[in-house]
Amino acid sequence: MPERFALGEHVRAARHDPPHHCRLPRYARGARGTVVDVGGWHPLPDDRARGLPAELEPVYTVRFTARELFGGGDHAVTVDIWQSHLSPAAEGASR
Amino acid sequence: MSGDHHGSDAAISAQVRHVEALLERRGLVDPVELDRALAAYLARSSPANGARVVARAWCDDAFRGRLLADANAALPELGLSMGGGLQEQRLKVVPNTDREHNVVVCTLCSCYPIALLGPSPTWYKSEAYRARVVRDPREVLREFGFELDPGLDVTVWDASAESRYMVLPRRPEGTGGLDEEHLAGLVTRNGLLGVAPV
Repeated sequence: MPERFALGEHVRAARHDPPHHCRLPRYARGARGTVVDVGGWHPLPDDRARGLPAELEPVYTVRFTARELFGGGDHAVTVDIWQSHLSPAAEGASR
Repeated sequence: MSGDHHGSDAAISAQVRHVEALLERRGLVDPVELDRALAAYLARSSPANGARVVARAWCDDAFRGRLLADANAALPELGLSMGGGLQEQRLKVVPNTDREHNVVVCTLCSCYPIALLGPSPTWYKSEAYRARVVRDPREVLREFGFELDPGLDVTVWDASAESRYMVLPRRPEGTGGLDEEHLAGLVTRNGLLGVAPV
């Protein structure tokens, strides 16, 4: 699975809520952030937890503002997110 | 915030014991070897390791540069590594500066660089810390007795995937005359997680 996102790119975390293990933290779901690092390639835990074959994919460090995640606060939170849980985000859009 | 693990420690322990017993019965795992590997790993794991890394970075700007660029490649210079488990884990060191302060958490469970920090403290695994530090780090730090300069930007690093994080604290003022060994003695585990000043 090729790298789909570049450093500095705006991305949106998936909004889904599957019935099985999902590594994407709940508080980040649906939020828009910025790719600040690529932290290696790893199989998607959501698939591994179900015993499904999982190919290696990039895991990005995504920086979110507290305002985007929680509606307030002046800090930032970074979350390491598998590529499958990210999509491109339009500039300026908010959840 | 995942609550998957809450209250289920006993059930998970029972499952692990069951699987371990099966592996032993089928001759796939030697229980003595397992204990020996675990004991050796924990004996090597200590916050003194993280403190040595920080002291070197304070004394040697070139090392600091290498550490921040690729911590896994820099650790062997001090005889350290992020290996010891099934595979080497990626480490990212995040530096505190006069503009930015960093805090580490794993909101999913308690992921953390054990080799450099030793076994994790109870508060690090608590749901209260995991849930609250991402929402209001300044208030959580205040409860640790750490009043953060309101002018500092704060970044919380959620280590819930494959990378592990360690904070590089700022070198305290007035320590220009101290050598690396004494500087290492100033560094605490809480400082390496960003919940205490050094």
